[in-house]
Amino acid sequence: MARIDLNDINQEYFDVLRELGNIGAGNATTALAQMLNCKVDMKVPQVRLLPFSEVGSVMGGEEQLMAGIYLAVEGDIKGSILFLLNKESAKSLISKLMGMPVEGEELSEMEQSALKEIGNIITASYLNSLSTLTQLVIYPSVPFLSVDMAGAILSVPAIEFGTMGDKLLMIQTQFYDGLDGFFILVPELDSYDKILASLGM
Amino acid sequence: MSEMLKVGMADLKVCKSPDQLTTLGLGSCVGIAIRDPITRIGGLAHVMLPSSKQIKNNSNIYKFADTGIEELVRQMEVLGASRKRMVAKMAGGAQMFAFQNSSSMVRIGEQNVEASKAKLAELQIPLLASETGENYGRTVIFTPETGQFVIRAVGKPERSI
Repeated sequence: MARIDLNDINQEYFDVLRELGNIGAGNATTALAQMLNCKVDMKVPQVRLLPFSEVGSVMGGEEQLMAGIYLAVEGDIKGSILFLLNKESAKSLISKLMGMPVEGEELSEMEQSALKEIGNIITASYLNSLSTLTQLVIYPSVPFLSVDMAGAILSVPAIEFGTMGDKLLMIQTQFYDGLDGFFILVPELDSYDKILASLGM
Repeated sequence: MSEMLKVGMADLKVCKSPDQLTTLGLGSCVGIAIRDPITRIGGLAHVMLPSSKQIKNNSNIYKFADTGIEELVRQMEVLGASRKRMVAKMAGGAQMFAFQNSSSMVRIGEQNVEASKAKLAELQIPLLASETGENYGRTVIFTPETGQFVIRAVGKPERSI
């Protein structure tokens, strides 16, 4: 029987998860700065446990256009990780990386590929720090991309959380002015126990 | 004055005409709209998972296609709708990412659609129209007054089924 219940999480566990989110997001920011070859500031990440009904509103409404990069996770911890950012931020990141402006509404194949790579590096460095900290083996899959309404993209992790409870655990990281990124790590329920156990909880 | 009632994720609402119902950004979830054309009472459910029987933690009946649709019909009956006259439309059940992990989560959208169809058939509620699957999100607006079910998606023309 899993020890953790997402509907009734205690403060101590929540703090641990928040700290993991903090460290992971910090590493991800460093990776982003290296990739873009510029300084990237980060605010203290917010970790939130949200009921499904409030999930969409956090990102500026369910219909807000977002880019989501999704990776499946295998190894000691099973589950998935989703990195979300709004479409404008995604465009500005792509143009920084490729050194040219993104034109038009639709992303070209090249731009999509660049965005996948950004997501890949950010999430991989996030997972890497989690792996180092917990001494657990984590293998991410190749990245998958979807540019669509926030609600639609979020339905994917929400459904995965839905098999466990009625809330979604989300880590919100603001990278620099106006660039909001959201990490949603969805470990299977026994993976939570593994993470906590590996930290001596 | 007609009001637009918003249905969240794992949620459902019922209303009398001329009020309208909407749910925003359906991904792999399914939106099921039911209407009684005589009383013009309508309901909309936004379900996330196919079956309450596959999952231990199933206290939230709004979350599942089987229990959600049952509850939707029950609440409509409380408002005065008749089950015999009810008709349904539905949208959603997309697969947002080309690949999804963990066997049970594969094709969850499709499973949600199948489960919803099965439940409607069991309750003998005819499904008049549906637009499901593919890989994009949908916003739906349901007007119980006329039975109109409008679907919006990013970069696609608005349509009514």
